[in-house]
Amino acid sequence: MKTKMETRDLDVFYGDKQALQGVGLEIGANQVTALIGPSGCGKSTYQRCLNRMNDVVPGCRVEGAVTLDGEDIYDPDLDVVKLRARVGMVFQKPNPFPKSIYENVAYGPRIHGVAHTKSDLDDLVRQSLSKAGLLAEVENRLDEPGTSLSGGQQQRLCIARAIAVSPEVILMDEPCSALDPIATARVEELIDELREQFTIVIVTHSMQQAARVSQRTAFFHLGILIEEGDTEKIFTNPAEQRTQDYITGRFG
Amino acid sequence: MNELLWLSLPVLAFVGWSVGRNRALSLVGGPTNGDESRIELHSLPAHYGQFVLLWAALPPLAVLIAWTFLAGALADGWASVQLESSGLLAEGETPARVLDEVRSGIAVLVGEGANPVHVFAADVLDRVNGTLSLALLGVFAAAAAGGLLFARRRITIALRARNYVERALQIALLVCSIVAILTTIGIVVSLFFEAMRFFQLVSPFEFFFSTQWSPQTALRADQVGSSGAFGAVPIFAGTLLITAIAMSIAGPVGLMAAIHLAFYASESARKWIKPVLEVIAGIPTVVWGSFAALTLGPQVRQLGETLGLEVALESALAAGLAMGVMIIPFVSSLSDDALGAVPRSLREGSLAMGATESETIRKVMVPAALPGIVGAFLLAVSRAIGETMIVVMAAGLAANLTANPFAAVTTVTVQIVTLLTGDQEFDSAKTLAAFALGLTLFFVTLGLNLIALRVVRQFREEYE
Amino acid sequence: MSSPAPTTEAARAAELRLRRRYRAERIFQACGVAAILFALVALLALIVSITYQSSNALTHTFVVLDIELDADRVDPLGDGTDESLSQGNYVKPIRAALRARFPDVTGRKGKRRLHQLMSDGAEYDLRDAVMADPSLVGTTHSIALPMSDDVDLYLKGDISGETDEADRRVSDKQIAWIDQLERDGRIRHEWNTRFLTAGDSREPELAGMQGAIRGSLLTLLVTLVLSFPIGVAAAVYLEEFAPRNRFTDIIEVNINNLAAVPSIIFGLLGLAVFLNVFGMPRSAPVVGGIVLALMTLPTIIIAGRAALSAVPPSIREAALGVGASPTQAVLHHVLPQALPGILTGTIIGMARALGETAPLLMIGMVAFIADLPGGFNDPSTVLPVQIFLWNDAPERAFVARTSLGIVVLLGFLITMNAAAVWVRSRFETRY
Repeated sequence: MKTKMETRDLDVFYGDKQALQGVGLEIGANQVTALIGPSGCGKSTYQRCLNRMNDVVPGCRVEGAVTLDGEDIYDPDLDVVKLRARVGMVFQKPNPFPKSIYENVAYGPRIHGVAHTKSDLDDLVRQSLSKAGLLAEVENRLDEPGTSLSGGQQQRLCIARAIAVSPEVILMDEPCSALDPIATARVEELIDELREQFTIVIVTHSMQQAARVSQRTAFFHLGILIEEGDTEKIFTNPAEQRTQDYITGRFG
Repeated sequence: MNELLWLSLPVLAFVGWSVGRNRALSLVGGPTNGDESRIELHSLPAHYGQFVLLWAALPPLAVLIAWTFLAGALADGWASVQLESSGLLAEGETPARVLDEVRSGIAVLVGEGANPVHVFAADVLDRVNGTLSLALLGVFAAAAAGGLLFARRRITIALRARNYVERALQIALLVCSIVAILTTIGIVVSLFFEAMRFFQLVSPFEFFFSTQWSPQTALRADQVGSSGAFGAVPIFAGTLLITAIAMSIAGPVGLMAAIHLAFYASESARKWIKPVLEVIAGIPTVVWGSFAALTLGPQVRQLGETLGLEVALESALAAGLAMGVMIIPFVSSLSDDALGAVPRSLREGSLAMGATESETIRKVMVPAALPGIVGAFLLAVSRAIGETMIVVMAAGLAANLTANPFAAVTTVTVQIVTLLTGDQEFDSAKTLAAFALGLTLFFVTLGLNLIALRVVRQFREEYE
Repeated sequence: MSSPAPTTEAARAAELRLRRRYRAERIFQACGVAAILFALVALLALIVSITYQSSNALTHTFVVLDIELDADRVDPLGDGTDESLSQGNYVKPIRAALRARFPDVTGRKGKRRLHQLMSDGAEYDLRDAVMADPSLVGTTHSIALPMSDDVDLYLKGDISGETDEADRRVSDKQIAWIDQLERDGRIRHEWNTRFLTAGDSREPELAGMQGAIRGSLLTLLVTLVLSFPIGVAAAVYLEEFAPRNRFTDIIEVNINNLAAVPSIIFGLLGLAVFLNVFGMPRSAPVVGGIVLALMTLPTIIIAGRAALSAVPPSIREAALGVGASPTQAVLHHVLPQALPGILTGTIIGMARALGETAPLLMIGMVAFIADLPGGFNDPSTVLPVQIFLWNDAPERAFVARTSLGIVVLLGFLITMNAAAVWVRSRFETRY
């Protein structure tokens, strides 16, 4: 497995409270890595370190190394704006901008100056919507507000929006928890398609989803990485007792 | 004596309360003290006290309130009748005029300059006031005593005092709530009434569309130069000019200040910036007016002269500048609310895509908060239009139809003040014009406020 | 920033674009800071200009004269009683004392110029001194008496001897006399305590704020007595008892609208209804108080509703649970909890009412009133109106007094706001 991103000895503090302790994990390229664990175990915090979204949280302190293709992303010389164009994020609750569907997807390319002509931009928007499996449903109403779509469609719009800047890594924070089962299934299908082109890290509290969707799984508990490895192995024959307990529903 | 009666109300209340309470207790032979075989009062003794209190204190209170409002008119009416029948009035002299002169102290009452009419009028006023005061005392006492005795007699064991009192309280609360409606009705009716009298003298068409404003009316029939022009267009234009200048300052500064506070300022910076803005908001407008008149006006004029421009001492720019600064906190606090109502997830979504903070603000947050911000601006415009003291002290009196910020213009509020302060007959077109202006002002600000509220409410619905 | 390897051309363009974006970011941030600084500078300009302009009014120039208090002049009835002393002629002794210092001033014009150096109020100060101590009659008494406002302006540098004599209010001769008095050590600068103790006057050096302070107190008292109970009652009704129907909606819309009506409209209401229909006394605190109360009512109601709704429902439920009636639950439990918030809102509303001018101008508080108001029906003025009137007065010395008046007004406001903040911090419970 080729390593796309890696963390070594990662400690994260919110004020005095320590949320993550000494986490070392490799994220493989062109795969789906799932982060699982009970509420408050630190998996979302971990994920937000990968695109430095924790910078936005006041009082948050990150220590340790986080690398993307070998470069330390917390290097003071590194441009956060560029980083976030390479590592995109889809949030738990769909958050389309109060703009048209077209404008939602075009926002990223516009600010990063990726498309130079209107027709380039049009193509890019349509491609992204198509990759997100949404184009067929919205191609006749690209001018309508993004908020007029259903929940599942909105989430796919957010995915299209993230794809439009051609990131290398896509972080998804419980992307399906606000969606109904049918919409969930669509998004999971999409994730499987996307991994050919992107590296995906998904936080999920549903173990079934992790089992369906990911190739590698990491189990967090109380801020510590307990175990990680091939998804199949984790779910059928975990090495740690705590992993076993969590998977069999003893707690969480 | 009036003050004594007002002060006696709490005493009456206390007396009524004790009487009621004691009566109730005496009906059951003293406090129960847990003796369950005795008949119980329906409510607590205190409630019976409150019952009598209401009857003992409220009727006299009503008498005093009626007196406060009616005494002046009653005294005037009675004195006027006596004046008319005295035959001392000169040709064309009204009792109202004479009484006014006596009351304001202009009239000479002793010695050589004394006019017999004034002396008589002063005497009549004295006697009338004296009689009315006695009458007040009598009615007050009767109301108090009557109420007290009536209530005491109604006390029985079965009387549901607590329910009665609570019901009365509810009604009182409801009446208090209606005061707001009464005020609005009062404003609309009184403004309308006087404005209609104006429009009988001057056509609405002339008022709203003509550009000549020189409000003169004859004080006496033989005065020359009694024709007046009442075209209010220059006044509206002046109001708009100064409002535009004020908003061109308050709008951008207020919005940027709100953005800075919401997105860029550190915790410690916020701690002193917010109080500074609140201080600006709390400074009375008469202070800003004085500042504009004594400091800004001359400075602006000097600045203009060094640039070779002709600047009036009472330039629209000086007044607009002071008004603009005064409105900054208004715009910034409402914009801050609007920006705060936008969900955080939108900001995070934009930042996560690699947008800078300013790009996020300009392209996502402000557009999302736009209805709220527009509402804020509309409310600020409404405030600027209705502002009085700054323009009275720093802007001009001459109706000038111009777009030049260095010229002196006048506004609706300035004209209202000018027309109504000073000696005039109340019924002339000049003073009634003030009410026409007031009516216009009321409806324009009302309209702006309603639109602003509608815009903000629609916006809030999107996010809830 | 795409995945296939970028050409150097594209990479350079992207770098450029990024740098431009960061520059835009910096400019935007700078605009925010500039806005805050603008507001701060404006406030400082206001404060500095007012403080500076008011400094002249803090003291007034007095001259120490040795006055021969002839019994004939000062005690006309000859018995030393208050009645006699109050009728005495105090102007002549002052003028005599002045002329004694400058014996070579002859001719009516010259003497008039000399007498003009003194304030018109000097005679009253002298009379007060003699009535306080009748033993002074017949003696030569050394007393500091106020000089005219023009002398004061000259000594404070506001009038310069270098401008043309025709253009200034103090003639060359008068300057010579003043300078001489200074050299003789007879000039004193005393604190202008009269500013707080005296009523209004046409002479700047005699003008004080006592009338306006009393008027404001009386008016605010009426405002408070009216708006507080009615406002709290309305807030309680709307928040706790009113059913959610169309009528209640209308009341709410009304209150919100009234809160945004320009204050001058309330003045028009007062003029049309209270003065003209009801014939209430013009310029009286009772009318001013009613008008301001109507204006403050929406503020108190809105603040009261906010305070009441902040009380958690669990308190109401607990009270009902032990058998209290809804009225008792509100009166005994909810209202006391909400009281600090209500009080804070009320104090702030009163502070705003204290600074209001326009509505009071409408009900007649525009006239010059020298007497101090004795009751709620006497014509009076209030602090902001006094400031407004002085601002318009022609005498130059009133400029400083306007600013000092503003200082006094702001002093009251700061105190009231501080009280509101104290109430809020001391008594508010956080849930």
